[in-house]
Amino acid sequence: MSEPALLEVRDVHVRFRGGGGAVARAVDGVDLAVGHGEVLALVGESGCGKTTLARAILGLERPVEGEVRYEGAPLVYRTDALRRYRRSVQMIFQDPSGALNPRQTIYEAVAEGLRIQKVAGAEEPLVADALGRAGLRPPERFFALYPYEVSGGQRQRVVIAGAMVLKPRLLVADEPVSSLDASVRGEILQLMLGLVHETGISILVVTHDLGLAWNIADRVAVMYLGRIVEQGTTEELLDAPRHPYTQALLSVVPEKRGLAQQILQGEAPDPTRVPAGCRFHPRCPLVASGEAKRLGIEERCRGEDLALRPVSGAAAGSAHVAACHAVG
Amino acid sequence: MNAAPPLLEVRDLCVTYPSGGGVPAVRGVSFRLDRGETLGVAGESGCGKSTVAGALLRLLPRGTQVTGEVLLDGEDVLAMDAERLRAVRWTELAIVFQGALHTLNPVKRVGWQIEEAITTHQHGIARSELRSRVAELLETVGIPGRRAADYPHQLSGGQRQRVLIGLALACSPHLLIADEPTTALDVMVQAQVLRLLEELQRDFGLAVVFITHDLSTLASVCRRLAVMYAGRIVEEGPSDQVFAEPRHPYTKALAAAFPIIGDPRFRLAPSGLPGDPPDPRELPAGCAFHPRCAVARPECATRGVELWPAGEGRRAACVQVLDEALP
Repeated sequence: MSEPALLEVRDVHVRFRGGGGAVARAVDGVDLAVGHGEVLALVGESGCGKTTLARAILGLERPVEGEVRYEGAPLVYRTDALRRYRRSVQMIFQDPSGALNPRQTIYEAVAEGLRIQKVAGAEEPLVADALGRAGLRPPERFFALYPYEVSGGQRQRVVIAGAMVLKPRLLVADEPVSSLDASVRGEILQLMLGLVHETGISILVVTHDLGLAWNIADRVAVMYLGRIVEQGTTEELLDAPRHPYTQALLSVVPEKRGLAQQILQGEAPDPTRVPAGCRFHPRCPLVASGEAKRLGIEERCRGEDLALRPVSGAAAGSAHVAACHAVG
Repeated sequence: MNAAPPLLEVRDLCVTYPSGGGVPAVRGVSFRLDRGETLGVAGESGCGKSTVAGALLRLLPRGTQVTGEVLLDGEDVLAMDAERLRAVRWTELAIVFQGALHTLNPVKRVGWQIEEAITTHQHGIARSELRSRVAELLETVGIPGRRAADYPHQLSGGQRQRVLIGLALACSPHLLIADEPTTALDVMVQAQVLRLLEELQRDFGLAVVFITHDLSTLASVCRRLAVMYAGRIVEEGPSDQVFAEPRHPYTKALAAAFPIIGDPRFRLAPSGLPGDPPDPRELPAGCAFHPRCAVARPECATRGVELWPAGEGRRAACVQVLDEALP
């Protein structure tokens, strides 16, 4: 590929200082790229660092190591440069009610971004166009309404219109539908896919929901304790997962049928105490069952950290990678 | 001799909230549940599913109008006096809500909270016995007994939800009402809690009414499923069949909104349902679903619907099922 990806994350680390001086390695060396017109799902459980990574991509967190590159150039952490950047890269949050000011009309909510960015030209046609694209038609009917006067699904459409009004190139959507009812969820996901087809926008969707990934994503990256542990096309990853963590996650979602359940014990581990070796080994079914020992890799699982590597048996040209000593 | 009554039989339950001139949240719900059985109640926000849960335990706000019967072992919960109701709650039926952080008292140790539930219903229990009973309950729900000394904030979200389940089991009820018990939890923790509920159901013959918006979870953990829309059950039957071959157009749309991973029909094809559920104060005439229904007929706007037989052990409130019943 000669053309650079729209967005590139190179070996990004974000750390937080917690209580008692402990350092949380929230994002611990992530490489990721989002292509033009691509939908990438970043999947993981709470505490895995996916929201921190999204914030780093938006320039809201400054990596202590590594860099975020947009159209081939690293982000510049200066107020004016970041403001320009955020015109191209917009964020959608989980809860549309929290994202909207209850005292602002829908028109004002959508126009706000235009004003912050000091976009020249007539404002009203832009607002109307954005609302229409977000499926709120006729847009004029919604101008004077307040958020509480429309349904939850319509509120999320208003949030999407507010992001799209600036004609961004990348949308970072953090759990965009998890607070919505199932039937509404499908409608919003359809809208997002439609935007990709119509405008060529790229979407990075941060979610815990693997069914959502199957519904809209071209590629999936699975994050565990600050690292991407597996990445590939949606079909590769969800039809033939190779990392034991991805396999376990898939086995417990009711949307995936016919897999024996592998329930991992304990909860999301602590980023202030990242285990040595493969960071997943304390919960890994391969280690617990003795399979890792049989394969002769247990010592490496416990002692040797590892990067993503191509999985064996993948088709030529495949970019399916996993960070597991048993893979590749 | 008559057969023993079912553990729970709900007959024509109607609930109207007093606000704004009366909001009919539940409009004639009937179902039954045998000992050790699991029933899933599915539906989206505002369909009345949590109101049903509240009505079963009489936990609804003062002034709410509740009619019909909730027969627990043949005795009507709605007709019990306060003393009888107190005796029945916890010992016969108990509830687990979502949001465990808000249900537990933040300034009391979790062990103390379980002790309190036990002593309220079992006076004069010896101190040492109480201690061991608490530890045993915690172990049952997969938490080391020594964690009884912890405060809620010292436990993780999944552990708090386990404590709540332990609390609900404190007086060995026969029926557990679980209202969105896993909604705020991560998938892996959700799987742990669901596995726990399955084990409890199997080991103690516990009957569970499982209420959630998540149709796909219900289909995997409950034997039978009831789907609610606008205050009524619109479809019920064995859960795998209801999910895989829905008979009501609403169930069909809802099931399609839960993609099956690996199934090409759902790949890059999210499915939803246009429109919004009706305002309970302004319900459409005829079938309440007809304005959003993809296969509505002219008669649906006027003709009332009821749960008609729709195959072996199944019922659906849609005129379509009548077509097939004709000779």
